[in-house]
Amino acid sequence: MENIDLLIFAGLLLLGLVAGTIAENKHFGDLKRREKKVKSLNVINFGAHEPLPEAHEATLVVGSVVIASDFFRFYLASILSLLGGNIGVYETLIERGRREAILRLKEKAIALGARQVLNLRLETSNLNGEQNKGGGVQVEVIAYGTAIR
Amino acid sequence: MILTTLEGVPGRTIVRHYGIVQGSTVRAKNIGKDILAGFKNLVGGELSGYTDLLQEARQEAINRMVKEASHTGANAVVNIRFATSAIAAGAAEIFAYGTAVYVE
Repeated sequence: MENIDLLIFAGLLLLGLVAGTIAENKHFGDLKRREKKVKSLNVINFGAHEPLPEAHEATLVVGSVVIASDFFRFYLASILSLLGGNIGVYETLIERGRREAILRLKEKAIALGARQVLNLRLETSNLNGEQNKGGGVQVEVIAYGTAIR
Repeated sequence: MILTTLEGVPGRTIVRHYGIVQGSTVRAKNIGKDILAGFKNLVGGELSGYTDLLQEARQEAINRMVKEASHTGANAVVNIRFATSAIAAGAAEIFAYGTAVYVE
């Protein structure tokens, strides 16, 4: 009985490793392609002492994504966190989430006919709550700002 | 209602301040989505069910904030900020707040 459990666990790890790596590479390729398309829209953050730019219309735009790590990377990260230092597998996860959220915001702003996005803010939150019983990390990344026309 | 993350509304001037307005909502994940997300968690990637769920919740929070602002007589909310916190496993609070103002 124990052998079967171990086999399932190993199978899930392998599934996570293979499918997770494929999904990650695909996502990075997709991000690169879509980021080129929205390059023309610039995003500016500025302080309270600068005058507001001229615009006809200002609208709140939000882009968000919930992204999860795979089974393999979740266990790899729990081993790595015992040793301390960089946890690269989560760095790429958050990077994907953040880039995706910003992309979605920009795509929405472009759809609205925006010229610029001002005061972009990023927020990251963990959806797992206090106790994480295993099976992966879920993070929500939101990007929000003001699109002006 | 004009909503911005800026200190003011471009092209307009703020005439009156009405103070902070806020809207929040607590959402739990539903079981069907939870099971699907559980499977998706094995291979990683986007959990689009949750993305939609939280987006819906955020819209609700914005709506409540706007409602509060319109009660005070404001026609814009500036300096909007969002916050999300997981208050328990499976439930998240989405919170939106900003300053209600009257612009001309």
